[in-house]
Amino acid sequence: MKHIKTINKANLKETAAKGGCGKCQTSCQSACKTSCTIANQQCEANK
Amino acid sequence: MTNTIHRFIQSGEYIVVDVNSGGVHVVDKLVYDMIGLLEPPIAEEMPERLLSELAGYPAEEVRECYAEIYSLYKDKILFSEDDYRKYADIAVKAPIKAMCLHVSHDCNLRCKYCFASTGDFGTGRKIMTPETGRKAIDFLIEKSMGRQNLELDFFGGEPLMAWETVKATVDYARSVEKQHGKNFRFTVTTNGMLLDDDKIDYINREMSNCVLSLDGRREVNDNTRPTPNGKGCYDIIVPKYKKLVSERVNEGRTDYYVRGTFTKYNLDFVEDVLHIASLGFDQLSVEPVSAPADKPYAITEDDLPKIFEQYDKLYDIMAESVEKTGKKPFNFFHYMIDLNQGPCAVKRLRGCGCGNEYVAVTPDGDIYPCHQFVGIDEWKMGNIYDGVVDAKIADYFAKTHIYSKKGCADCWARFYCSGGCNANGFIYEGDVRTPYKIQCAMMKKRVECGIALGVKLNEAKEREASQNA
Repeated sequence: MKHIKTINKANLKETAAKGGCGKCQTSCQSACKTSCTIANQQCEANK
Repeated sequence: MTNTIHRFIQSGEYIVVDVNSGGVHVVDKLVYDMIGLLEPPIAEEMPERLLSELAGYPAEEVRECYAEIYSLYKDKILFSEDDYRKYADIAVKAPIKAMCLHVSHDCNLRCKYCFASTGDFGTGRKIMTPETGRKAIDFLIEKSMGRQNLELDFFGGEPLMAWETVKATVDYARSVEKQHGKNFRFTVTTNGMLLDDDKIDYINREMSNCVLSLDGRREVNDNTRPTPNGKGCYDIIVPKYKKLVSERVNEGRTDYYVRGTFTKYNLDFVEDVLHIASLGFDQLSVEPVSAPADKPYAITEDDLPKIFEQYDKLYDIMAESVEKTGKKPFNFFHYMIDLNQGPCAVKRLRGCGCGNEYVAVTPDGDIYPCHQFVGIDEWKMGNIYDGVVDAKIADYFAKTHIYSKKGCADCWARFYCSGGCNANGFIYEGDVRTPYKIQCAMMKKRVECGIALGVKLNEAKEREASQNA
């Protein structure tokens, strides 16, 4: 494409069907304890 | 528009986020402008109105851009639909897999902004007994049901004031985890005052992460984080942090954070980020204080422009390093967004997990949804010695998600913050399900910077790959 460069190929929708396994870290247990950012957590099912 | 697409310009780069797929696109100005004029569904045939609305651009290019937009729309990575509500609608309470263990409701610092009333959470100074620590482990094992990975953060007050309880709790958990098929991950959040060689050894052996509090420059830190006799703590803690971190780094580990709080007193907080980095630390988190507006140090709405300026400045510093070296100069917690493999969509519906899969436990064994609810009677969920958790409160939090929180379903950032901090909503807006608007504003700015930095990192990787090809 000439005008658009797509940066990421991953699609959040594909993660929904097999999601919610609960193996990952609970978000509030990270550095913040108040200003949680969920998107910086890792998926542990794919490790 | 905000429901499906978010457009922003970061240091001259035009970025478009497809909210529901997580797709991130770098575009030229024409596409950027055109996207602002479109609403889904996107027709294959270009609406003729675009030629007049974008009259400053050559017609041929307008048609070319529209075709590219349509192609990505068909691929469902632009103007894609939000079809996650069905997962939220069936949300039920989950097993508890994480605990914030308040081993100490006492503290050896008197931080001016402390939300825990200088350590005791307004409930009197107390240290948890080793027996209660062990009971908390039994409770977590039982309530976690099929969950294997269990997290326990030693918190306070200052948790190192309850060192015997910390060790007794860890040692007990290690002695029983295998037989129950569990894997405990311990973390500690400390002000560093009581760190010594033995504790550093133990923490580096047993704790999968540690959060080391330091607000930045000596004068900033010592102003907000004094000892009870009014002296600063910077010179006491920094050498200890250096020792602890160097031992981790020597083993190739990056699992620590030096964490600061910024307040109205240091709205130039990027100087503090850079100062902490200059001490040799590279895993950093410097975060806005959480405080009611009437406190002199509180962040208020009129501080936001200055704070956004600072976030832009920090972005520029980090982006410049990525461009020059291919790497970030350090990790900044709030800019860490993995554009390719973050958490699944289901996790992103419900944020922190408080009161549902995550609870806080006080020195007396009382259970609260999280550390920030501790001491608020109406949110007490039970006591670990009774072994019963208030199912009504747990269910309430299970059903607290981006579709039940006010304004989230229409916010572009909903899959990055997942509705934000529930406790802040309750404390500052009077309702768990109403996000704290000042935090929302800062969160959105940080997410933009994090996404833009992800773009830069991606470009650097591509450059490296093409050079090696």
